[in-house]
Amino acid sequence: MSKENVLRVSDVTMQFGGVVAVNNFSMEVNKGEIVGLIGPNGAGKTTAFNCITGVYAPTNGQIEFNGEVIVSNHPHGKMKQMYKGENMGKYNKIIAPTPDKITKKGIARTFQNIRLFSSLSVFDNVLIAKHLHAKQNVFTATFRLNRKEEKRMREETMALLKEQGLDKFKDDVASSLPYGLQRRLEIARALATNPKLLLLDEPAAGMNPQESDELMGFIGEIRDKYDLSIFLIEHHMQLVMGICERIYVLDYGIKIAEGNPEQIQNNPRVIEAYLGVDE
Amino acid sequence: MSKQKKWLLSCIAIAAFLAIVYVLEATIPKSSQWSMLFTVLEKGSIYALVAVSMNLVNGFTGLFSLGQAGFMLIGAYAYAIFTIPVEQRAAVYQYFDGGLVQFTLPVIVSILIAGLVAAAFAFLIGLPVLRLKSDYLAIATLGFAEIIRAIFQWNTLGPITNGSNLLRKFYTYDSALYPIIACGICIAIIVLLINSSYGRAFKAIREDEIAAEAMGINLFKHKQMSFVISSFFAGVGGALLAMFQTTIQASAFKAAMTYEFLLIVVIGGMGSVTGSVIASYLFIACREWWLRFLDAETYIGDFKVPLLRAGFRNVVFAVIIMIIVLFYRKGIMGTNEFSWDALIRWFKNLPKNIKSIPGRIKNIPNKFKRKSKKEAQINE
Ligand SMILES: Nc1ncnc2c1ncn2[C@@H]1O[C@H](COP(=O)(O)OP(=O)(O)OP(=O)(O)O)[C@@H](O)[C@H]1O
Ligand SMILES: [Mg+2]
Repeated sequence: MSKENVLRVSDVTMQFGGVVAVNNFSMEVNKGEIVGLIGPNGAGKTTAFNCITGVYAPTNGQIEFNGEVIVSNHPHGKMKQMYKGENMGKYNKIIAPTPDKITKKGIARTFQNIRLFSSLSVFDNVLIAKHLHAKQNVFTATFRLNRKEEKRMREETMALLKEQGLDKFKDDVASSLPYGLQRRLEIARALATNPKLLLLDEPAAGMNPQESDELMGFIGEIRDKYDLSIFLIEHHMQLVMGICERIYVLDYGIKIAEGNPEQIQNNPRVIEAYLGVDE
Repeated sequence: MSKQKKWLLSCIAIAAFLAIVYVLEATIPKSSQWSMLFTVLEKGSIYALVAVSMNLVNGFTGLFSLGQAGFMLIGAYAYAIFTIPVEQRAAVYQYFDGGLVQFTLPVIVSILIAGLVAAAFAFLIGLPVLRLKSDYLAIATLGFAEIIRAIFQWNTLGPITNGSNLLRKFYTYDSALYPIIACGICIAIIVLLINSSYGRAFKAIREDEIAAEAMGINLFKHKQMSFVISSFFAGVGGALLAMFQTTIQASAFKAAMTYEFLLIVVIGGMGSVTGSVIASYLFIACREWWLRFLDAETYIGDFKVPLLRAGFRNVVFAVIIMIIVLFYRKGIMGTNEFSWDALIRWFKNLPKNIKSIPGRIKNIPNKFKRKSKKEAQINE
């Protein structure tokens, strides 16, 4: 059975000046999968996310989403001499969209250190994420010629908040929510952009074991409910091993292992680089 | 209160206000010192419009832009150039053979052109400048405004701008109601924009650019939109200011003028339209009217009141502003807006609040003490 491929990252290298944060990283996410990315601090996990979401244009490599090349780059300009990675010359196009374009295509994300619109209400936080797919323009929006669309956006927002159990807090200022709910709101906001692929950067960071247990169930639920594929970074081993079907391991920007949770747990290189240090 | 009731109440309040202005205008003679009231209403309204337009960019979109005076200048000149009657042009452009423009456009059209020309300039300037961050953006917009001022005074452009000479004899209004209504409509449009999906996108950019972008908001496009719309209304404000002043000269649109608006926006509250409007009227009222007596040498019997002399007004003004900035860090309104509910609540709580004033004054020293302790902790 061949699986439908959603995300394919090929030979991505991200070099900042002389620092190679991600080195020749390749991976893929198939439809409906929950895939994990783990690695010690500073391994380059967030940087990999930033390459996929358009925050950085990778120095070299290519990223495809649903079969379409959305990001592609090769070392050029000053980087040509400085480049320390591999596969130079394999790619020759430069496609470097801004993050909003990537989100529009159907990849949404959350951040390692929560980034809510903190002084706006919970409701507005989610409603703002509905802006990108609206057909209105400034004129019709200002003069209320888009009543139907605005109403639909509000209804969808309300429905989403109800599903996420956040409707009680809809008028509260986002920053006043307890930490766990802020994380949940960030996920709700990402879902509001109608993604096909959801990237979660350490969703359980700062949560107690009970909260992260809940989160584990929750991630599975939203995958089924919204027909998503999920790619997540996480330090909580229990969570990663519990819900991820496949796992990639980064160390110093290099992929040192990939496989199912069992394979990863028994991989000597992973134990040495990561689990050995941690436990 | 139901929504309809609030609407009705608002309509009645606006109608009543306009009726009062109309009646007062008919009854107060021009020579009375109360005629200052109209200066405050007219100039205050125009300042309110420009302050709100500045707040759109600075308070709602979170961009630090200081180009307002420049856009007003463009608007004022565009308006004046197109509304000077043809037969007056020879007199106005006496050093430039009557000038290049030899036609006159209707007032409303000219006001719209004033806005559009300012918006077009904003669009062009925005292309490079809006990619800059905070302080750099402020410096770049400030620089632009100064360059514009120099260009409009440039003799080579004299046939259009009249060089460094006055522009005058253009069409002006004859009732305070005109600027009040014009500014009211413009501010209402800005409020509608702020409460629309685009306004929410602007606020998202203010709150967190990276998150806004991750939510699919095109940063540059939305910043550009906010900047251009703001400049459009600054241009309209400039046109109205020209009408208020009856003559204009580029040299008056200095950076100091932008700072006045910045002050109003900060005092009123970054991100509050209501705050900007209230602060505009207060600012103009204080400067043009209520504090005037401070500039006049005054005798009570034979006793000459000390300190009162030309210029003292500005000292008092500066002190008042310092006090406001010290005690109302977030401005008069913070990010709140006017609502009937809030107004009713405010009146209900008024007696209680007045009673608590002595206590609060006693507390002021503590406020500073506690603050400094907290700071010390952070520094540790
Ligand atoms: N913009 C940047 N400029 C220079 N170096 C960077 C930049 N972003 C990341 N790095 C470097 O890249 C490396 C990887 O950082 P990254 O944030 O991706 O790690 P991480 O795996 O997410 O770690 P953590 O578990 O702590 O979140 C680090 O050494 C970091 O200093
Ligand atoms: Mg990280």
